[in-house]
Parts: sequence; C-alpha cells; structure tokens
Amino acid sequence: MSKILEKEIFSKNVVKLVLDAPEIARTRKPGHFVIIKIGKKGERIPLTIASADAKKGNITLVVQKVGVTSGKLCNLEVGDEVTDVVGPLGEATHIEKVGTVLCAGGGVGVAPLLPIVEGFKKAGNRVITILAARSKDLIILEKQMREFSDEVIIMTDDGSYGKKGLVTAGMEEVIQREKVNLSVVIGPAIMMKYAALTTKKYNIETYASLNTIMVDGTGMCGACRVSVGGRTKFVCVDGPEFDAHQVDFDEMLARLGAYKDQELEAYERYLKTAETLS
Amino acid sequence: MENILEYLKEERSQEWRAEIRKSMKAKERTSRERVKMPEEDPNVRNKSNIEVNSGLPIENAILEAQRCLDCPDPTCMTGCPVGINIPKFIKKIETKDFLGAASVLKETNGLPAVCGRVCPQEVQCESTCFYTIKLKKPPVAIGYLERFAADYERESGKMNVPNVADSNKIKVGIVGSGPAGLAAAGDLAKFGYDVTVFEALHEIGGVLKYGIPEFRLPNVIVDVEIDNLKKMGVKFRTNFIVGKTASFDDLKKDGFEAFFVGSGAGLPRFMNIPGENYNGIFSSNEYLTRVNLMNAADPDYDTPVISGKNVAVIGGGNTAMDSVRTAKRLGADRAMIIYRRSEKEMPARVEEIKHAKEEDIEFMNLHNPLEYYADESGRVNRMKIQKMELGEPDASGRRRPVPIEGSEFYVDVDTVVVSVGVSPNPLIPKALADLKVTDWGTIVVDKETMQSSIPELFAGGDIVRGGATVILAMGDGRKAAAGMHKYIQEKIKAN
Repeated sequence: MSKILEKEIFSKNVVKLVLDAPEIARTRKPGHFVIIKIGKKGERIPLTIASADAKKGNITLVVQKVGVTSGKLCNLEVGDEVTDVVGPLGEATHIEKVGTVLCAGGGVGVAPLLPIVEGFKKAGNRVITILAARSKDLIILEKQMREFSDEVIIMTDDGSYGKKGLVTAGMEEVIQREKVNLSVVIGPAIMMKYAALTTKKYNIETYASLNTIMVDGTGMCGACRVSVGGRTKFVCVDGPEFDAHQVDFDEMLARLGAYKDQELEAYERYLKTAETLS
Repeated sequence: MENILEYLKEERSQEWRAEIRKSMKAKERTSRERVKMPEEDPNVRNKSNIEVNSGLPIENAILEAQRCLDCPDPTCMTGCPVGINIPKFIKKIETKDFLGAASVLKETNGLPAVCGRVCPQEVQCESTCFYTIKLKKPPVAIGYLERFAADYERESGKMNVPNVADSNKIKVGIVGSGPAGLAAAGDLAKFGYDVTVFEALHEIGGVLKYGIPEFRLPNVIVDVEIDNLKKMGVKFRTNFIVGKTASFDDLKKDGFEAFFVGSGAGLPRFMNIPGENYNGIFSSNEYLTRVNLMNAADPDYDTPVISGKNVAVIGGGNTAMDSVRTAKRLGADRAMIIYRRSEKEMPARVEEIKHAKEEDIEFMNLHNPLEYYADESGRVNRMKIQKMELGEPDASGRRRPVPIEGSEFYVDVDTVVVSVGVSPNPLIPKALADLKVTDWGTIVVDKETMQSSIPELFAGGDIVRGGATVILAMGDGRKAAAGMHKYIQEKIKAN
C-alpha cells in the first residue's frame, strides 16, 4: 500500500501524483520504473518514475488517462492508497559525460525524461531539451526542464505554444545547428520511431525508453518482448532503454495494440460505472 | 544417514505399528487392487475450474493404506526428495488416525496438500515402492494418501501448527515465496529463526499461484499452507524485490544474517522462429499468470487475456499441459499440443497427459513449429508445422527428434502458447557481482548445504536447477535451511 501525498492536475487527462514509497525512493535511479496495481481485481501496469525524494521517502509519477487502470489511478485523491507498488524495476539510464545531449520528450514521456535530463546535466553535459505535445495545455514540466537544460525548445502540433511542428522538426533544427553526441527520446512509440529515424540519418547514437505491455515486470512473462537488432529482448529486465536505431518500432506498435478491443470495451464499461457513481 | 535408519527402525518397532502389521496377512494386502482416484467428468470439468481429482473417500483411503506392507526397508522413501516417513503416515491412516498421519507428513513436508496433488509420484516414491520393484504390481497410491491425510486435516478445522523452537532472534531472509522458499521458511522457523519471506509479486506462493491452475491446485489450499507458516511466526513482504527494492547489503545492515534465494525460473524461452512476436503468441508463463494470478478470464478483473478458438501449445511438459487445458477451459474449440518428440519422451506427469486426453486435447506429437503468420493487425492466424521422427539418443538420453523433409503443412491458429522451458531469472545474479553462476545463469551451490559462493547466501529450486518440480524445489529449500542453520550456528560459536 502506498498513500498518495500530493496530486496536481496537469491537464484534462494528465495528472501528477506523489506517492509514499520510502524504499523505492531510496534506491531508484533515472530510467527506473514501477509496476502498480489498484484494488484486488486490478491489473498490473508499468509507469516510469519521474522523480523521487529519498529523504522524504516519496516518488513522483505522471499518469495519462488512457485506459481502466490509468483512469482509476488519475481519479485517486490525496490520502487514498495505491494497493500495490513495486520497484524500482529495469536497468537505470547509463549517464556519463559525452558532450552535447539532445533529449526529446513527447506527451507524458516528458516525465520520465526529467531525471535523465537532470542526470546528464549534472554529469557535465550540454543538454538541449525538446518538449513536444499536441497543444499548449499538454506541455508539462517545462519549468523543471528549464532548470536542468541549457536550452528548451517547445514544439506543438497546432502551434498554440512554442514552434508549430513535430518533435522531429525541432530535432533537425538542433542537429543542423550544432554537433550532437547523444540523443535520448521518450514518448509514444510512433514519436520515438520517427525521432530515431531522424537521428539515424545523422548517425547520432540514440536511446529510446520503451513503454510496452507488462504483467510481472521482473522478466517472468515475456509480454514486453521487443525485437532489438533482430533479437528478442525483454523491456522489463533488458531495458527499458535500448539503442533506438535497432528497435523494431512497427512490431512494438502492433504489440501495444494486442488488447485494443478488450481495453476499449473495458474502458467504456469503466467510464459508465464511473459516471453512475458520480 | 545411519541415524535416520536407526530412527526408522525404532519407529517401526513401536507397538502400534507391529500390531497393525499383524492385523492382516501380507497375502491379503498384496491381493488388493490399487484404488482409483475419483475424477470429475471430463466434459464437465473442461468447461470449469473445478478440481479434476476429487480425493479419496475415507473407506478407500483405509483400503489403500492396508495395501502397504510396512516394509522393514522402506525403499519408497529413497524416492522422496523431502524424506517423508512414508510407511508411518500410511499406517496412521490404516489405524484411522488421520490427523496423526498429517502430523507425520508435516514433520518433513510443509506443503503436503500441495505435494499430494502435484508431485510426479510415478517417478519418485511410487517408482521405488516394493510393489513396483519386486511384485511388478501397481504401487501403493502414496500420492493419493498424502493428499487424503492433508485434506482431512484441513477440512477437520484442526490444523496442527508444527512446534517451533524458542526464538533465537536471528533474522534470516528468504527471497521468493514459491515452494523452495516456503519449505526453507518452514524449517528455519522450526529452528527458531526470525524469518521474513520477500516476494516480488503482490501474492504469496510463487509458481503455486501464478503457474499451476486452479483445476489442479486450488489457491485456497496454498493459502492454508501459507497461513500455517504465518502461525509459525514467518513474516511475508509482498511487492519487494531483493536486489532492487533493497540490496542484500541494505538487508544485512537491517540485521539479516543469511539468505535463501529461491527466485525461481525467470525468463521464458522462445524458439526464435519467424513471427514469434505476433500478437496472440504468449509464453506459458504469461498465459498462465494472466489466467491464474490475475484472473483474466473473469470479466470483473481488469487484466485481459485472449481466449482463442484454435489454440496451439508448444511443448510437452507439465506447464504445456496446464496451458492447453486452460485454453480448453477458456473456450477453445481446438486445443492442441505440438511436441517434437513422442509421448514416451514427454516430461509431463502421466496423469496430466491422461487427463488432457480425456478433456479432448489434441496431441500432435512428433511435430515442430517452423513459422507463424499474422493478419494485417499483427494477430497470429496460421502456423507452419513440420513432422519429425526419432533418431539416435541425445545428451539427455532421449531419442533426438529429426525433421522429415518435405512434411511441412499449415494449421490455422489464433492463439499460441510457447512452453519450451525457462531460463533462470537474472535479477539476483545481476545484483551480486561476486555470485558464482553457471554459463546458463543458474546459481552454483554446494550440493549438500546449498551454500553459494557468497557464504551467507544459499539457493535452491529453479534458480539452481534451471527448471524442475515443486518437490525438488522443496527438497532444496529444506537442505538449504539445514545448511543455513549450521552456517549461522558455527559463525556464532566462532565469535
């Protein structure tokens, strides 16, 4: 059981939650994730840790409502308990001084990118961060990102904030302008696919943090498997970060849709019950 | 070893045992037929989660117990990985002291109701029974009787909690709450240690919960055994991954003196054939975990599962049988086993194969998958299969399957469960640089004490064996508990 200590609503469907989890807060590193489950009948879903305070013993998650479990989680209030939280899981991001690092985050992918941006900055790198979203209200953590970035570029699909265009346009701009030694991209699979294609053109080493379907999160089930360089890897124990140029994003996109029909049906059912309750 | 023989002899010479032996002529005992296990109707049970075997009625348990000759040299015991005093518990049943029989089981086996259901007795105790080796008759149904005594005790509501020594206040940690960990925890609690079991999942029981299906091992039975351990003072922490949530060093700082690692068979193996990552293709671990642990087949639960109409399960072990029978229960019209050797080489228990056949499972033995195909959404819809024949024996002593060229054909499938074995879980080895592991990733231990290359760390079960049975894991857990006890006591003496 982990109590919710703080809640902040970023936008209609995106919520920041601070959870009481002293052990995880103490041992987690950038790149790690947790698995959460709500209620006895809940499912297990992975969420990357956005930040943690080891002294206060809490971790921060940024959650987007996309299905039943994320919906339930977003609807919890301060003082409520999350039934199960386990972690930190996965391999931590390999952070070292490489020169200039281009970090690109899309949607809620910006949240797990934050500790990575912070880590690379503290390791002495020049860090350029691109935050991308559909529109202004979906741009999150801008202030925190500015704190650890030498430059922040905002990209919105509709041009309501920053520059109009996709994340890849922002990336191209930076790469044309200056030497980039490493790129880290986190966001929806489709965004990571095109971000990876962009850096591949320029032969820039790139890491992507993958957010696949998981059950146990400890290597046991293989639900999270992806093809990396033609070999099957498990995101939970081999990742979540991989060489983005080697990841088969098309396969990953197909696998993310494995339960699309059931998920949609369950979500509609859930929304109906949620309506009746409120 | 001599002490044990001495002890067994002494036990056997007790008056009640001598009396019950004399109460019936050996000839009469051996002329009896072995009892049959009552089973649910195959066409009913393959549509529900009801337990397949319903257990012996009292009168049949007594009749079967009478078949046991109470041999002076109980060869059956040599086949038991945890060394149950088999003749003693069976003779207790013959005298109608069923609770006494359960107590005998629990002297050496913390989970008798589990073992009575899932042990491969035909290759263990029953394979070395006097009836099998000397009389060439069906062995005494030791497994049925074990289950009977354990069930009787549980249903009586008079569960006997084993005696535990006075607390020595020494903290020991168990990593993993599967059969190896639970067995180690039980013995260490008996020795008086302050035992904490750390479990990565949200439920206690490991493979007994996520792996073995309800129709073969109801969860309530596992829970009762876990409750018993709690009554013995064992503490459980779920959602805790040793090496991640806290390191071994963190736990040592918290006062833990020694550890037993029973973290189990981690990574499922795949065959690395084309199309294996299409949707609808699962590892058996994932398929069974979704259904057993997460209750995915129940719409009240949030976890989804794909319930196919044409399901192929690849493999011939117990896990493959569990998966294919689960698929049938989830509504498959066609549930197939695809196994590259013949039935004779199947590692599954004979009973599971028999039950599967009764439940309308198709067996495509001497067949091997080559490739999977999918529809435009990426969901598997067809597979290519090749026929095999048996060649010369391989390293395992089983005849090697050899492909028959030109025998390829296609089968429509919408769900595939790959059940071709597991590799050890890498989490613990990754967390401990000094830990000696084999090329396969299994932890290297001393065979007698189960001690690893790190003195305070012991290990057993699938993380050492790479894939075995519940009872072998329990045997390891018990050996390790004795090893840890000795290690800690010697350390205390040295200081």
